Amino acid sequence: MLSGYVVTVLITIGIYVILALSLNMITGYAGQISLGHAAFMGIGAYTSALLYTRAEFSFWPAFFVAGLVAGAVGAVLAIPCLRVREDFLAITTMGINFVVEATFLYVPFFGAGMGIGGINPPRLFGSEISKPGFLLLVTGVIAAVIAVDRWLIRSWIGLAWAAIREDEEAAGAMGIDVVRFKVLAFTLGSAGAGLAGSLYAHFLTFIMPVNFGFGQSIVILSMVVFGGIGTLRGPIVGAIVLGALPEISRPAMEYRTLLYGILLLMLMRYQPDGILGERSLLVRGWHALRQQAAPMKN
Amino acid sequence: MTYGEFAAVRGVSFDVHDGDLVTIIGANGAGKSTILRSVMGLLRPRAGKILFRGEDITAEPGYLRARRGISLVPEGRRILPDLTVEENLRLGTYVLQDAGEVAAELERAYSLFPQLRARARQRGKTLSGGEQQMLAIARALVGRPRLLLLDEVSLGLMPTLVEQTFQTIKELYRQGATILLVEQNARMALSVATRGYVLETGTITLSGTAAELAADPKVKRAYLGG
Repeated sequence: MLSGYVVTVLITIGIYVILALSLNMITGYAGQISLGHAAFMGIGAYTSALLYTRAEFSFWPAFFVAGLVAGAVGAVLAIPCLRVREDFLAITTMGINFVVEATFLYVPFFGAGMGIGGINPPRLFGSEISKPGFLLLVTGVIAAVIAVDRWLIRSWIGLAWAAIREDEEAAGAMGIDVVRFKVLAFTLGSAGAGLAGSLYAHFLTFIMPVNFGFGQSIVILSMVVFGGIGTLRGPIVGAIVLGALPEISRPAMEYRTLLYGILLLMLMRYQPDGILGERSLLVRGWHALRQQAAPMKN
Repeated sequence: MTYGEFAAVRGVSFDVHDGDLVTIIGANGAGKSTILRSVMGLLRPRAGKILFRGEDITAEPGYLRARRGISLVPEGRRILPDLTVEENLRLGTYVLQDAGEVAAELERAYSLFPQLRARARQRGKTLSGGEQQMLAIARALVGRPRLLLLDEVSLGLMPTLVEQTFQTIKELYRQGATILLVEQNARMALSVATRGYVLETGTITLSGTAAELAADPKVKRAYLGG
């Protein structure tokens, strides 16, 4: 059996996988850079925590409402993001993150600096689920997110997102309603972050504003970029590797932000497609190997 | 029937009739691309009106004009480089709603440009310049446009490809397409068009049938090299 510690680490990594996959919908597929993804994780976490501690919701409805609320706020906040591109979009989303974090920190309703405690793990059939049970729940949510991801990518939505990412003006000239598809990307991505936030709150049992700050957004973005932005495998592998690293090595934990910052810089300079993107060294090497092997088979 | 009338700041006014192949010729920087981009809805004219099939579309965004059947092949072969040939073409069919129509249109594009069929799974950017131009034209055609806008399709192509591209345009016209062709290569443009306009620094200075323009001494001197 897995030790309690290993299960805890796996649950944390699993929550990061959901966050990375949902950010990938916005930044990878639709090509809209976001430096504020943790804000939507926070909105989900706080929604779930407030419903549970103040409104006597049980975990399950609170979990779904957290996703809906985060998605709805994502849709509304997408509007200021529609008129700006690239570097201005990066700054706008960063600003959104600071505003959301400050709201949690200064508004007494949200517990201010003390955060919210007493959020219990989900209950199933009358008893609290165990840690391995929670891991199973997280795995189930990941599977659902992957299923939605694949469905989107195979549909017109995925193709429209790709067109917007490559050439927004050309996409419009082909009849694609760019605004609608951008808002859809922000909505779905934010909803995913909201679900992850709810899981996070009920796993840690207490939340504080600092958990959902700009630093957290950078951690999520690093995972997406490290693994390979715009692919399915990339964010998953990125979240697993960068999520496990601080657990394996103590210095990596202490210098986490510094490490991720340097990693982002190095990736942008040498491997902008991450370790598993289409043009990464690993994937190109793999294709080259297969091409060399192919004639031998004949 | 009037397809569209366009009056820009400079007082540019022209129309394209159903089934016509109209060309606007003029030097680099005369404002030809500006006109096409305004018809497509990528630029908003500060004054004036654009009518399409009798309706005022001046305030309409580009994606709605695309759904009305206006389609632009932009200057410089702007295909989507990281998408495959097939994905590029599928996006061109976005304005069609019926899945059966999509398959039929893709098939039509592949039979018109057989090279594209062979490269269906390749990324757009791996195509040669000529193939990219074919893809750009094919992508505009698969949406079954009522009005096809062609912006400098000959620019940067080898002479044999220019010839081939204009053959394609002629063929499309024969099949009943309505085309507005903007060109620096006046000789080629006037050889395929039915009517033409001459644009000089943002103003239309001459208009007439293609034959009249080709015979005009001023046009001969300025655009046909003699």
